[in-house]
Amino acid sequence: MIFNEEFETLPREALEAIQLRRLKALCERLYALVPFYRRKFDEAGLKPGDIRSLKDLPRLPFTTKQDLRDNYPFGLFAVPMEQVVRIHASSGTTGKPTVVGYTQRDIKTWSELIARTLAAAGVQRGDIVHNAYGYGLFTGGLGFHYGIEYLGASVIPVSGGNTRRQIMLLQDFGPTVITCTPSFSLHLYDVAKDMGVDFAKLRLRVGICGAEPWSEAMRQEIERKLGIDALDIYGLSEVMGPGVSVECLEAKNGLHMFEDHFLPEIIDPDTLEPLPPGQLGELVITTLTKEAFPVLRYRTRDISMLNPEPCKCGRTLVRMGRIQGRSDDMLIIRGVNVFPSQIEAVLMEVQGVEPHYQIVVDRVGQMDTLEVRVEVDEAAFSDEVRQLQHLEKKIEHNIKDYLGVSAKVRLVEPRSIPRSEGKAQRVIDNRKK
Amino acid sequence: MRLRPLQAGGGIRHDWEEIMKVEQISVFLENKAGRLAEVTKVLGEAKINIRALSLADTTDFGILRLIVDQYDKAREVLKQHGFTVGKTEVVAIEVPDRPGGLAWVLQILSESDINVEYMYAFVQHSGKNAVIIFRFDNLEKAIELLQKQGVRIYTGEEVYRL
Repeated sequence: MIFNEEFETLPREALEAIQLRRLKALCERLYALVPFYRRKFDEAGLKPGDIRSLKDLPRLPFTTKQDLRDNYPFGLFAVPMEQVVRIHASSGTTGKPTVVGYTQRDIKTWSELIARTLAAAGVQRGDIVHNAYGYGLFTGGLGFHYGIEYLGASVIPVSGGNTRRQIMLLQDFGPTVITCTPSFSLHLYDVAKDMGVDFAKLRLRVGICGAEPWSEAMRQEIERKLGIDALDIYGLSEVMGPGVSVECLEAKNGLHMFEDHFLPEIIDPDTLEPLPPGQLGELVITTLTKEAFPVLRYRTRDISMLNPEPCKCGRTLVRMGRIQGRSDDMLIIRGVNVFPSQIEAVLMEVQGVEPHYQIVVDRVGQMDTLEVRVEVDEAAFSDEVRQLQHLEKKIEHNIKDYLGVSAKVRLVEPRSIPRSEGKAQRVIDNRKK
Repeated sequence: MRLRPLQAGGGIRHDWEEIMKVEQISVFLENKAGRLAEVTKVLGEAKINIRALSLADTTDFGILRLIVDQYDKAREVLKQHGFTVGKTEVVAIEVPDRPGGLAWVLQILSESDINVEYMYAFVQHSGKNAVIIFRFDNLEKAIELLQKQGVRIYTGEEVYRL
């Protein structure tokens, strides 16, 4: 289902004309209203009028997370506070949070993009949505909430935590749609199993999962265990929140970026040069319509790629690949770049191993060590030591094979790795201590 | 307790082989303090009696193998407490408690190319004889062969009550 037929199926030329018009207007606004951007333009010897085509985009300056911190809290807002109706902030576990604002119109745009997202997942009026993204400063909960209402479906604003009560509501209210992080969906399944609740008997039909990187194999596990279609959604508060891009139910192959509002690029994170379609690199996004908190070429730190091929769902919007990791999360182990998601993919491939794992990086002398702790479930368990040792060796071998780095695999008891109710802590890096 | 030996020799029926399999529970344990104590505590509280056990371990993990008097209940309570448990079929064999007793049984097996994956002794004796639990790569073949050679095998029911 397509919510906004006109804007989601525009011919490329018409879309690019809209993008260019909006980009020009954005540059004018930023130059006139935000001192930070005026300085950046001046330093680059650029005037807003120099942007005559989308090909001029690489001439524009980048915005980084550090720029947001340097202008904490409201320094990058492009409207007076009288026009700001909502403020969100990132969790800010390292230093100050990054703060973003929204005008009345920004909230409406965001709501529409979430409505488009829900429609892409086949959600419509009459559906009940169990919204288990956290409510509060985090954009996930409230972002979805307004979009679900905008679409006209029913929202259960359950937020995160209190898993047992959530299972009760899933049974009693009969929601047909769930929105939560992928790891929380599996946590719900585990808890339901403990309570003797069968997910197959629930009315859930589709899940829209995001806010953390996950793999294709994890999608299959969620779909099998919860008995739903699980779709990937992408967004970040600095750009808007959830609803920047989403997979369609028809293809489940790449996330359609709402390009009438966001202009995506993929760059080489080292040289900062743009990369052609199909190549993996850092995703950079320019907001085309945001009023309160626009960003120019924001470096997301997320590793992805862009696929301009037409999609069978009918949308002409470019698809971004599943996030392969964050350049921030990237571990450099003995000189090799390793993303936790790559290790997850290896674990999922070795049949019978649940994706409950933890990566522990340490340094012994001058040598980096990588240990992967994997929980042993019944399917993988054997009463023979050599079978389990074979399992360890196989995972170690595949990690070496695919990632080019040696790891020590350690089998641990079920549930010995802490479960988080929100984002899972996959990596412990003791080298930083 | 004196056990009535099962009839050995010709005319072995397949359901006999079923009867002679003993259900063993295996439990995955991390090599850290208190895990073994936790298993025995869980079983004790559920009033389950351990009849035989062995522990195989590596530097990281161990596998605890147990024969208990109530298999289903033991499996259930261990799972409830979050342990990964497995089921294996093993054979309980009577071995004469004298020098060369075990050698005699192993000789029979090796002559027929049956591999012993692992074995461990029962806590209690049965009369003058020892009872040893065997895990074979080919269970059915081992049972048939041992019976033909007159080696006494205990049924599951006998073992759980032993």
